[in-house]
Amino acid sequence: MSQGAADFEPAAPKDLAEGRRSFLATLLGLGSIFIAALLSVPLIRFALFPLIRRTTELKGSPVGELSEFMSVTEPVMRTIQIEQVDGWRKAVSEKAVYVTKDSQGQLRVLSSICPHLGCTVPWNKEKNQFVCPCHGARFAADGTRVSGPSQRGMDTLETSVENGQVRVRFQYFRQLVSDKEVIG
Amino acid sequence: MNSAHTSESRPHESGLWGWLNRRTGLDDLLRSTLDEPIPGGARFAYVFGSGLLFIFISQVITGVFLALYYVPSADHAHTTVAYITKAVTAGSFLRSLHAYGASAMVVVLFLHLSQTYIYGSYKGRRELLWFSGCVLFGLVLAMAFTGYLLPWDQRAYFATAVGTNAVSEVPWIGEYMKRLMRGGTEMGTLTISRFFVAHVFLIPAFIFALVGSHIFLFRKAGAAGPVDEDPYHPKQAAELFYPRQVLMDLSLTSLLIMGLGLLCFLAPMKLGPPANPADAQYIPRPEWYYLPIFQWLKYWHGAAAIVGVLVIPAAVALGIVGLPFLDRRVERRPWKRPVAMVAYVFVVFSLIGLGLRSQYLDRHDPGVVQQLVKQNAEEEAYASKPFEPELSSASLVAVNVTLADPLAAKGKSIFEGQFCNACHGDGGVGTAAAPPLVGINKKFSPDQLAELFKHPTAKMNAGSMPPVNLPPDDLKALIAYVESLK
Repeated sequence: MSQGAADFEPAAPKDLAEGRRSFLATLLGLGSIFIAALLSVPLIRFALFPLIRRTTELKGSPVGELSEFMSVTEPVMRTIQIEQVDGWRKAVSEKAVYVTKDSQGQLRVLSSICPHLGCTVPWNKEKNQFVCPCHGARFAADGTRVSGPSQRGMDTLETSVENGQVRVRFQYFRQLVSDKEVIG
Repeated sequence: MNSAHTSESRPHESGLWGWLNRRTGLDDLLRSTLDEPIPGGARFAYVFGSGLLFIFISQVITGVFLALYYVPSADHAHTTVAYITKAVTAGSFLRSLHAYGASAMVVVLFLHLSQTYIYGSYKGRRELLWFSGCVLFGLVLAMAFTGYLLPWDQRAYFATAVGTNAVSEVPWIGEYMKRLMRGGTEMGTLTISRFFVAHVFLIPAFIFALVGSHIFLFRKAGAAGPVDEDPYHPKQAAELFYPRQVLMDLSLTSLLIMGLGLLCFLAPMKLGPPANPADAQYIPRPEWYYLPIFQWLKYWHGAAAIVGVLVIPAAVALGIVGLPFLDRRVERRPWKRPVAMVAYVFVVFSLIGLGLRSQYLDRHDPGVVQQLVKQNAEEEAYASKPFEPELSSASLVAVNVTLADPLAAKGKSIFEGQFCNACHGDGGVGTAAAPPLVGINKKFSPDQLAELFKHPTAKMNAGSMPPVNLPPDDLKALIAYVESLK
């Protein structure tokens, strides 16, 4: 076998042939690396998709027309549908929020989840306060803390107005702490 | 093997390469790989083997990446493939590369087999080499068959239903084999699991092992060379694998990369609407390389089935596998092997003829044409729709309750209006303050619930659950809602 191989080698001096062989090898090696790098571009883009694009998101949910909230004098409850996208699936759930006004008369949307231990806080018309049925935390009409075990006021939600529609971005916040802290 | 050549001049003995080489012997390995002698010199006819190796590696890589998003279950498979195709960056391209790669594999495999057959390269102590190649051929077809089902769209579902049905035509054990493949009498989520396991674990493991042995046996026997070469003791002047044969092999690889890349870019693989087993109209058609078998099976039914489904295919398969034993002559020149050549032409033309016949019949049946056009249109329509995430089961429950029973729907608004959800959570899932109500219908009847609502127990009182004072109708609605929580 080796005899045959030697016969086929060019008659040029051996080191020259060797040099040519290794030059070609370098060229081929570099070429292969280049092609492999090129081919791995779609693979990398594919694998990094969740990092490039948000794959878990909460879309803003419509609360209602801006005009119908302009004249509110006390908090009104609205049920919003929140759509939670998680990769290729989504979860739709309903959450209660309150539309109210802050001290400057600006529209404010509150989460109905008590910052104390997570019960849903009802609006008490007679007392003109939010009173949590679980442990008696009380909040003013604009959501600020009045008394009780909660360490902070009711949580305000991010709102926006699009084409006269009030939209809100629902979020959960850590309970039993004095500062609002997003948990998802 | 060529000791004089390797030990004489080693220009890379210093530096990192030298360091690595002294520890791994990489240089010798590389040389023995590249310095494989080819009697009669390099030829384009010999490029198909490494072409196959390239496609196989590409299939492994794209397959592993696709598994990043794919879920093998009847309720998620289609959504996840739609996600890959429509949402994930480069997803459509990679899936196309994997799907078209399967077709390319079959094409190049056919060329590799034909070259070996026509050149008589299976002769001269190459029985095991040929045999491992035949098994690899079967494994590649099995990969194509199992992979085809995984997207779980209409096309995949019905083609596999037909494919697994064909298996049941095998006498005695056919029905059992069909059930074994499907994981039951019908196709379903267990079928996906089985096909998935076969496609990504079992068959690839066998392919890896057999590719290894195939290459090992090839190197042991040596390259057979041209048709006028002695398969036992090559006499013609040999040329080393590197550089010319390497360059020729690389030219096929480049052609494959460009061809597949262009195809995937210009005509990406489509995903049809999700499988609907209740669709009685759907006309299943297999992938093109299965058309000949598909057409062949149409001719054999009833008592004759055993001949068409078992005897003839088994005879052909045995004839192909046993070829090196049947044909012991040293003669390799095709023109001196008329029987082998006529058999080859006959088999190839039969396969092509069967495939064309199947196409012809479809085109000349107005009913079939109409349905196939409809199916294609449905596929196009689905492909052009944006990706829609799957609704998770948790949210379905809450939504369905409001739709199903008007009484329960009224009860839901009472549940929220009375702030029952304040402590028992939205949808009665429970909170820190009060237990969940989900599944309470298994513990209490509506009458018992009404009693508990009016007269809470001591434990309920301790948890500050107030008595429910509602008009009878409202109470009924509330109970209907609470009982519906699942």
